[in-house]
Amino acid sequence: MNFRQIADSVLKASAAQETEVVIMAQDDSLTRFANNSIHQNVTESNVQVTVRSVIDTRVGTAVSNDIRSESLSRLAQRAYELAKLQPPNPEFKGLPLPQPLPSVAAFDQATAECAPETRAAVAGTICREAAGIGCIAAGSVTTAAVRVCVANSHGVFAEYQTTAADCSTVIMGSTSSGWAQASGWKVNEIIPEELAGEALTKVRLGTEPKDFPPGEYTVILDPYATANLLEMLAFDGMGALAVQEGRSWMNTRSGRKAMAGIVTIVDDGLDVSGLPMPFDFEGMPKRAVPIVESGVVMDPVYDSFTAGREPGKSSTGHASPPSPAVRYGPLPMNLFLRPGSTELNDMIRTTKLGIYITRFWYTRTVHPRDAVVTGMTRDGTFVIRDGEIAYPIKSLRFTQSYVEALHDAEAIGPRARVLRSGGALSVPPVKLGKFRFTSSTR
Amino acid sequence: MDEFTSRALNLATMKGVRYADIRIIDTRHQFVNVKNGHVDALGDQESQGFGVRVLVGDAWGFASSAYLTYTEIERVTSVAVAIAKASATVPGEKVDLGSPVQSRGRYATPVRIDPFSISLDDKLSFLFRADQEMRRNRGVKVSEAGTIAVRQEKTFANTEGAFTAQTIFESGGGIAATAVSEHDVQIRSYPNSFRYQGTGGWEYIVNADFVGNAARIGDEAVALLTAPVCPPGETTLVIGSSQLALQIHESCGHPTELDRVFGTEAAFAGRSFLTTDKKDNFRYGSEIVNLTADSVRATGLGTFGWDDEGVPASSTPLVRNGEFTGYLMSRETASRLGLESNGCMRADGWNRIPLIRMTNVSLEPGAWTFDDIIADTDDGIFIDTNRSWSIDDIRLNFQFGTEVGYEIKNGKLGCLLKNCTYGGITPDFWNSCDAIGNEQHWRLWGTPNCGKGEPMQTMGTGHGASPARFRNVKVGVFQ
Repeated sequence: MNFRQIADSVLKASAAQETEVVIMAQDDSLTRFANNSIHQNVTESNVQVTVRSVIDTRVGTAVSNDIRSESLSRLAQRAYELAKLQPPNPEFKGLPLPQPLPSVAAFDQATAECAPETRAAVAGTICREAAGIGCIAAGSVTTAAVRVCVANSHGVFAEYQTTAADCSTVIMGSTSSGWAQASGWKVNEIIPEELAGEALTKVRLGTEPKDFPPGEYTVILDPYATANLLEMLAFDGMGALAVQEGRSWMNTRSGRKAMAGIVTIVDDGLDVSGLPMPFDFEGMPKRAVPIVESGVVMDPVYDSFTAGREPGKSSTGHASPPSPAVRYGPLPMNLFLRPGSTELNDMIRTTKLGIYITRFWYTRTVHPRDAVVTGMTRDGTFVIRDGEIAYPIKSLRFTQSYVEALHDAEAIGPRARVLRSGGALSVPPVKLGKFRFTSSTR
Repeated sequence: MDEFTSRALNLATMKGVRYADIRIIDTRHQFVNVKNGHVDALGDQESQGFGVRVLVGDAWGFASSAYLTYTEIERVTSVAVAIAKASATVPGEKVDLGSPVQSRGRYATPVRIDPFSISLDDKLSFLFRADQEMRRNRGVKVSEAGTIAVRQEKTFANTEGAFTAQTIFESGGGIAATAVSEHDVQIRSYPNSFRYQGTGGWEYIVNADFVGNAARIGDEAVALLTAPVCPPGETTLVIGSSQLALQIHESCGHPTELDRVFGTEAAFAGRSFLTTDKKDNFRYGSEIVNLTADSVRATGLGTFGWDDEGVPASSTPLVRNGEFTGYLMSRETASRLGLESNGCMRADGWNRIPLIRMTNVSLEPGAWTFDDIIADTDDGIFIDTNRSWSIDDIRLNFQFGTEVGYEIKNGKLGCLLKNCTYGGITPDFWNSCDAIGNEQHWRLWGTPNCGKGEPMQTMGTGHGASPARFRNVKVGVFQ
């Protein structure tokens, strides 16, 4: 059955007043390597059908990966029965009506048809480069083809197919390690020699790291670390549900200048330089939505439920993937930190005392209202003295408000890197005037 | 089912594999969540499919599909073999799986009340009562209550003659109250943050008495808004059972996973400071610290009949009298140490390969009552219920935050504290443990959200603990 047939089967079988069906089909393959060899190599074909049935303001959700015709009818019936059992929820204002959808092309046949031998070749190149100088490589190569369809009983019908490719590696020497990652929707744009070279540069630079006292320092972040700033700020409250429930860093900051004027953060599902998707999981169109504009905090992103709770608001096209378990609320999944004009070398050259960080590890929110986050540095942390990288240091733990960190942003690099996350992030390097480290490791 | 498994294993054998296994899994989840007096999510999820894992020479391949037909089984098995051959182009060490695994039999979680037999009306009524109780305190902005029920039917077979069938039930849920002021937000959860969950039936949920604790949880969330912040410094810390369960998970469970030690999780989940030279040769904690991994204790989220390599459930000491003694192992990793697997290979579904995962990793009870620990502490802090957690990639440097804390002064619990955090280095921390609560206070918690592997797998693990005391701990790392 094609998506139109699956959607029609569900909508026809549903006895509910309103019905929505979301279909996600994916062919995912992933090759993992460690100790300079492939140790895990997997592929998966799956389809998931999620049905939301609405009776008045009552909503039931049922999910299955069985797309036989009789199973789809049962799925629609199950969602209906779940809705029927509930008391009304007056905050639910109904499923959205159809809107014109933009067109986005981000499908690559070579990625969709990528053979295991191609992924193995990428992994093999990185392993050989590492082994060649006595190092050990670990990492993964992913290729995926994804098809998404959203349809509802008001006439919404949105269908999109895309591809994704990602390769990441950590290369380890005897006392140091380096990291590199590339993401996109074309597997052929992943150049394993470049990734290995980047990671090995950090391995060489990081040999024999020293202890360094925790404290407050200027930091320069590689794009991998910058990505974590955006991820955690999104998690800690760029969505309207978090703001409505009073647990977002945007509470009390909307309309205020809370970050440096060089900071502009936009969510844009249509930009093909990222991993685009032209509509959200309610079939509403994506567009560029400013979250922070020249340091001023704008509005959060909305889905139809959260927009319905505030007069004058409408969905910004950010409904998250449907879940029978919990209402996650709207999420920005295509975040861009707009590039600046300062090259990484110039950031380092203008720093008297600071720390250069490759990436962050195991970051968790300590307090959401200021987006206070703790985590470790990893795979290359270096002291900068008098405009030069002086020496490598052992990983440090930080506990820092990410909002305040971006308030003290002093420079942003001119070129962004796309990194696959829950969605995708486009991030350049940044220089932050103050960043608080609270302990070090052995 | 054996016709399907035989088809895959016979085909794999004909294609020249050294070893193959197949898992056929059918899982049903039911979620019921209410928030502020309304249904927030009411959902039912079913997923079925199979995965075939093959070893060709010394290279692994795995393929899976949602469509359980003879044709698809043949296609997927062939794909798995092709993938293994691609893996062989970047070869690694010789693979030795140790002794053959030929388990046969059937296991089912002991359940008094099937969680799917309780009507949704009854579940909603139960949750609405708890939800309402939390909002009796008008300072509560968001009240939430939820339950989860899981049933998994799993068939496993391998080319060595194993054939097992298991039915695993899980039940769980929890309540949470969020209080908000102009510049602060505080949350209290019960029985635990991230959900209280175990293997068992509806009785597991009822025993926790959500409704009876709801008003207290609401009151505590509101009280936290005006409570003083945990003062920074070095102090004596008494850690409650649920927070200690997560401490065990992060600083004992993960570093004893042998795949981390051998570097195969280096790029994602990280490695371990517990390298093989330390086995039977490293003081992990003080003499009263005894840690055990088991898959047999009732209600544990790591409790089952056989792991996903068909190895029977068992119990393994990890730390005895403070000495590091054992790992969580697979067949392949155990054989590298000259040992047999202790049954820790688990996959989170039909579409994922098994990885070394925690089963139930627990701190064995000590000799103290909780009241005696407090009475014996002149100056310190009692904390419980996790709010944040972070640990470095070799599991040494950690920092945790908790929902709630209480000052301890002159052997008595004092004022409420908010934004409590503490940190340290794993062996230093466990060596500073000088009192552990007795069996009366010991409780087996579930961590339903442990992430590991690529593609990411989410696994439920069990952790038993009673409250314990630690000396000279750095607390109050908060901006």
